[in-house]
Amino acid sequence: MFNQPLAPSEPKSTGSPSEMDSILVVDNLTKHFKDFSLQNVSFLLPHGYVMGFIGPNGSGKSTTIKLIMNLIHKDGGQIKVFGLDNLQHELTIKDRIAFVFDENHYYEELSIRDMARIVASFYKHWETQTYDKCLKNFDLDPKQKIKQLSKGMKMKFSLAVALSHRAELLIMDEPTSGLDPMARSELLEILATLIQDERKSVFFSTHITSDLDKIADFVTFINHGEIILSSPKDDILEKYGIVKGANDMLDEETKSLFIGIKTNKFGFEGLVRDKEKAHRYFKERAIVEKPTLEDIMLYTMRGEKHG
Amino acid sequence: MNIIIANSSPDPIYQQIVSQIKNLILKGDLTEAEALPSIRILAKELQISVITTKRAYEELERDGYIETVGGKGSFVSTQNKELLREKRLRVVEEKVAAAILAARTVGLEREELLEMFKLLYEES
Repeated sequence: MFNQPLAPSEPKSTGSPSEMDSILVVDNLTKHFKDFSLQNVSFLLPHGYVMGFIGPNGSGKSTTIKLIMNLIHKDGGQIKVFGLDNLQHELTIKDRIAFVFDENHYYEELSIRDMARIVASFYKHWETQTYDKCLKNFDLDPKQKIKQLSKGMKMKFSLAVALSHRAELLIMDEPTSGLDPMARSELLEILATLIQDERKSVFFSTHITSDLDKIADFVTFINHGEIILSSPKDDILEKYGIVKGANDMLDEETKSLFIGIKTNKFGFEGLVRDKEKAHRYFKERAIVEKPTLEDIMLYTMRGEKHG
Repeated sequence: MNIIIANSSPDPIYQQIVSQIKNLILKGDLTEAEALPSIRILAKELQISVITTKRAYEELERDGYIETVGGKGSFVSTQNKELLREKRLRVVEEKVAAAILAARTVGLEREELLEMFKLLYEES
């Protein structure tokens, strides 16, 4: 059976997807390197949604994505895409996936048009019309050479290719890193357009959590090769809370409510997993605010550091 | 149809959508059987999660404000009695709230206001 990807302290949400209606299922995935291990990574992505994959540098995001794409060999666990095993049905799956890297992997000397001609031959369902339409929408000149493109334009070119072979699952590794706010906003808009088709999904890793604060439906957070949480974003942001108050309110008992605490001379600020509970505890003596995904990421890492 | 999301509001986003759509219906800006935008369009336009808009529509449906027809989308419910009653109650509530506000600005105490209310209520 599939293991719930949530940490034990996370109650099962009513919005949790099942393996049945999932486009991507990662189950107990394990990979050992000399100085790093991916341990029992499990999560589900249902059809028609955007999942953000967050975590600090070196936490295992890219390793997980490479394992999904079968670019490196796993040591254990299973990955299913479109309900099919990713090793047994690799070609079928890859024909229906669009994969966008952070780095450019196209021939720099070719023009946008010529590069597409080559790429088109790799896919069963290449749609020249869609491609031309994408170039127009993204303001890309087909005659321009790849090496002349800015980082944002390269991203849009990769997306145009991705969108032109009827991909159902878009997997992106750090697509927004190095993009200016304008280009990031455009990318998010394109992703939102993509999932207007209820069957298509997007899975993307990022360390820029403000991108996810907006459009992500699900958030999976990985740290040191382990999944910390994987839930609908709304559930996470509603349950967790940032608590601020005076330092004398903190003792051994109250400290146990927190995932991480930051104190200064004039007070403390910390993250709690259950803001209702914190509110009952502190009443009017503390301020309880909505967290951002960045708060959750930072305090979880901080909490670990200070035991 | 306008929906404005306030990030600074303590209310969750789905709740903001629910109350704004309820208001639009009660005020008559959205009329009976009028089609609502799909959850995906709404999410895209407001730059929020599809799960958020879905939850808002589910709540509106549960409260009887809208109906969802599979494959066709969501529509404003044909108004039932309770809804109309709620609509009227809403008007009363607004006027009472306005009276309270006016009373507060002149420093009228709760008891004094209640007294005034009782007098007027019996007179009419």
